[in-house]
Amino acid sequence: MCLAIPGRLLSRSDEEPLFRTGRVDFGGVVKAVSLACVPEAEVGDTVLVHAGLAITRLDPEAARKLDGWLAGEA
Amino acid sequence: MASHPYRDRDAMRRCVEAIARRVSQPWTLMEVCGGQTHAILRHGLDRLLAPAGIALIHGPGCPVCVTPTARIDQAIALARTPGVILCSFGDMLRVPGSGEDLSTARARGARVQVVYSPLDAVRLAQRQPQDQVVFFAVGFETTAPATALAVLQAQALGLANFSLLVAHVRVPPAVAALLATPNHRIQALLAAGHVCAVMGLAEYAPLVRRFRLPVVATGFEPVDILQGVLRAVDQLEGGQARLENAYARAVTDGGKGNAQRLLETVFEPATRPWRGLGEIPNGALSLRPAWQAFDAEARFPLDQMPESSHPDCQAAAVLTGRLTPTECPAFGRRCRPEHPLGAPMVSAEGACAAYFHYRAPMEEG
Repeated sequence: MCLAIPGRLLSRSDEEPLFRTGRVDFGGVVKAVSLACVPEAEVGDTVLVHAGLAITRLDPEAARKLDGWLAGEA
Repeated sequence: MASHPYRDRDAMRRCVEAIARRVSQPWTLMEVCGGQTHAILRHGLDRLLAPAGIALIHGPGCPVCVTPTARIDQAIALARTPGVILCSFGDMLRVPGSGEDLSTARARGARVQVVYSPLDAVRLAQRQPQDQVVFFAVGFETTAPATALAVLQAQALGLANFSLLVAHVRVPPAVAALLATPNHRIQALLAAGHVCAVMGLAEYAPLVRRFRLPVVATGFEPVDILQGVLRAVDQLEGGQARLENAYARAVTDGGKGNAQRLLETVFEPATRPWRGLGEIPNGALSLRPAWQAFDAEARFPLDQMPESSHPDCQAAAVLTGRLTPTECPAFGRRCRPEHPLGAPMVSAEGACAAYFHYRAPMEEG
């Protein structure tokens, strides 16, 4: 319940912000998720979803830094 | 990118080697998130780190586990009230109250509906105007924004049949209470990354100053957790005590995000008891006065029930990191997931359940 899960935003509805949802792909399972907190999220972004709400958008630049460390670049 | 780059065994091994190179003496780190506890046990991170002298102990990171029995009793009473449907996350259902649990109450006719999101409860209230829908709002700062959004949606829809039984709790005050306990073992803290994704890092700054220990915002995949350990060990070995972010792809350091603003629009800090830990100053969230109309406690007559846990359950010691679940005499014997004595053995995030699922009880006993 307390675990937020990252998923890829496939599409956005055009409702008003309070009720705006998006279809999010969690590794093959697609669910409708509220986008009320991530109005900036674009299709293709990875969002962190918790209890049906995308709480934040993941920063791909920060992810690349960690990938770089793992690849021995830092 | 591979499907799980942060669960890669080779990447994990490289992290552990980097940690081992830094360590010159044993260190004890606490994480305060059931998701991390389960990841640590599931991927065996505790065993990978033990040879390097790193001990991971588990804090009260399971919101289900710290929900008082009295609150569960109230939820059951609501579910039994004619015309009321109680909506709950699934992991609450088998957590014992002072007597029965929500699952048993449902089998006996109480109306309990499992939901994935508080927003599902709003839709139920919209579809069934003849029923009063009460959402059992359990969870840390990660869940509270979704509950807050449910309240805003219910208001926008003009729903008079939606309310909350609020049991939300806040992590930093509980951590402060643990750190203020004499003889605690915590030398560094891995701050739950998803709470920080909502609330930022600012709430931890006073803790770092007051208790002089490293606090590192840490993610949930095994590599993320090991990165958090590495940063904490770096600080410990260097005699430092700083606030650090090892989960930068989800946690931003500056300014309030939308989820935090949403939470703070609807909720304010309050003092309520935590199961096993007692009252923690400002350790809970309550609806702000402007949103009292959505408070089930104001809408329905609810008794204040006494707190009553099983006398043989050592949940308080487990939740504060003083006892490893396998050290409890009841673990795996009288207390098992199918007949739990306490919440940490039931919840998907409970520390006892993590040890039960990933460490065969026979192996320990």
